[in-house]
Amino acid sequence: MSGTYLGMPAFPEAARTAVRDATLRGNLRHATHTIRAKRAAAVAEVSDWAALREAGRRIKDHTLRHLDRYLEQVEASVTAAGGIVHWAADADEANRIVARLVRETGESEVVKVKSMATQETGLNEALAEEGIRAYETDLAELIVQLGRDRPSHILVPAIHRNRGEIRDVFRAEMGAWGRPAPEGLTDTPAQLAEAARLHLREKFLRAKVGVSGANFVVAETGTLVVVESEGNGRMCLTLPETLISVVGIEKVVPTWRDLEVFLQTLPRSSTAERMNPYTSMWTGTTEGDGPRVFHLVLLDNGRTDTLADEVGRQALRCIRCSACLNVCPVYERAGGHAYGSVYPGPIGAILSPQLRGTGSAVDASLPYASSLCGACYEVCPVAIDIPEVLVHLRERVVQGGPAVRGGNRVVLRPARGHAAERAAMRAARWAFARPGVLRTGQRLASRTRRFHPRTLPGPGRAWSATRDLPPVPAEPFRDWWRRTGGGADETKGAAR
Amino acid sequence: MSGRERVLGRVRRALADVPRDERPYEEVIARDYLREHGQRTPAKTADLLARNLADYRALVHRCAPGEVAATIAGLLAARGARTVLVPAGLDPAWLAESGAERVEDRAESTPGELDLVDSVVTGCAVAIAETGTLVLDGSAGQGRRRVTLVPDHHICVVRVPDQVVASVPLALPRLDPARPLTWISGPSATSDIELSRVEGVHGPRTLEVVLAGAE
Repeated sequence: MSGTYLGMPAFPEAARTAVRDATLRGNLRHATHTIRAKRAAAVAEVSDWAALREAGRRIKDHTLRHLDRYLEQVEASVTAAGGIVHWAADADEANRIVARLVRETGESEVVKVKSMATQETGLNEALAEEGIRAYETDLAELIVQLGRDRPSHILVPAIHRNRGEIRDVFRAEMGAWGRPAPEGLTDTPAQLAEAARLHLREKFLRAKVGVSGANFVVAETGTLVVVESEGNGRMCLTLPETLISVVGIEKVVPTWRDLEVFLQTLPRSSTAERMNPYTSMWTGTTEGDGPRVFHLVLLDNGRTDTLADEVGRQALRCIRCSACLNVCPVYERAGGHAYGSVYPGPIGAILSPQLRGTGSAVDASLPYASSLCGACYEVCPVAIDIPEVLVHLRERVVQGGPAVRGGNRVVLRPARGHAAERAAMRAARWAFARPGVLRTGQRLASRTRRFHPRTLPGPGRAWSATRDLPPVPAEPFRDWWRRTGGGADETKGAAR
Repeated sequence: MSGRERVLGRVRRALADVPRDERPYEEVIARDYLREHGQRTPAKTADLLARNLADYRALVHRCAPGEVAATIAGLLAARGARTVLVPAGLDPAWLAESGAERVEDRAESTPGELDLVDSVVTGCAVAIAETGTLVLDGSAGQGRRRVTLVPDHHICVVRVPDQVVASVPLALPRLDPARPLTWISGPSATSDIELSRVEGVHGPRTLEVVLAGAE
């Protein structure tokens, strides 16, 4: 994934800084609470939500389990409709392909639809190195790009910014990128949206190359679908002469009819709308309407590694609605940047360590960035059991074991930071297998209970810093059982 | 090895655990969900469409089939539109009563030229009541995708009841995926500032829908 995030601190350190930022916490709390209630109301409107969710889960699972067949079908149908299909095994390859395609048009700038896939590959930075300027056109992406910031939410990358901060960014930075912010710009959302409209208009009208992702690719027809609100997507998808869409291989659905499920579940889950303002669907190229040349770049970049994990592969069902972020108590407090990835929140905590591996400090810490409360699973429109995958990934971090990285089978070494925990567990296993040892240990613990510290020393300190140690009873359970005959005769004198 | 072979090879190795004789798509995908939510008469469905369009800030006007021209003329006049973009194949009767100058959409019209036009009038392929959605497919009277995007004022005529369906599952079979499709639910909007919805960004900021049919 993108080099932008190299050297990120592990989640706990990043989160510690973030939770001290009162403005950030206020912004996040306001935004997530606004959307939470609205999503619940939008979902409650449809009586068959559970059935839609189950159908979505099954369509995605089935597609993933036969992905090779469906990818070949996509290739055939897109090609038949006049598109050109490219395959990219990793981020570098995808960026190289896109840069080459842009160079071949002779252009030096592109307009972009908001796209997670190209965020993930760090496309803008790669294009900049080739002398190609990429303009983000989604309002939130524009705020992030102008502010030289990083995205902190899947749907609303500038969720960490409030209206006053956005106004300041527009005033200070728009001029350097094109049309400056209007005089006397205030912080009302309508005026800020108007400023973005004016700033981007000239770019849309002269654009020759558009770059997008896609929410869905229909295998049987070769149709791509982009779901959006502002109309910037429509601008980028229809006005340029060349369109390049970079799409993760997990975005495929088998049939046209499958869209009837996701077009009901996605808008309600993400923006809490019955339907988002604009959805564009295109199949290859159309004479006289829209781009004359269409390229589809199918992106792996860790997805096949994720697919190889029988528990973890369900993360690939994700349709990027971001409902799990909006309900997560950890995300609400720590914010998106702490996750050190373009995919923050609960889905990011299971996706990033699978796409990138658990080699870095931040990726090894992400499976722990959760209280396992399960709210994310409950709202997920494709029923990804995020807590299950989190626990599975914790196991992988602690114990190591077989995995697939870059298409190759590897055996991961257990993480070093968990040596003390592993030693404690080994000791526990040894003791539990020896009744005599266990009995002696328990009796000793009971007799010395007055002298037990309230926190653990040494490597155990981190554990007991946020938890109370369990009190040790005056008498071990097994002694009590033997003495009272299983509780039948409590009157028998206590041992001590 | 090409990118294609590498990716497909990885996919196949990753799926080594999937049995060859797994149940086919048709059996696996349970479609237990509803085709539409609730039973309604065509008139009630049209009411729902009007309500949901208005809920997302589209301006809805209802008229008899014979009053379309007068309704459109009134809307263009109220807007102060001096020019109106006419997509190929638009029913000429619809603009018969308007004094606005007609601008034909030609293949060589640039986006910059479209940007100078005040309004655009189109029909649609289908309208979805439950979601308040209009779908345009670029056939006669609907124009290329750009004509309903660049001008700031879009008037869309829906023939009631034959172009109205209740739900998304009932709309898809009516649409041809080979055509470029645009689904429109209200004027352009954004939720990007503090996750609150604001209408009016890059697409037409005013969407007016004429529901033409007997009340």
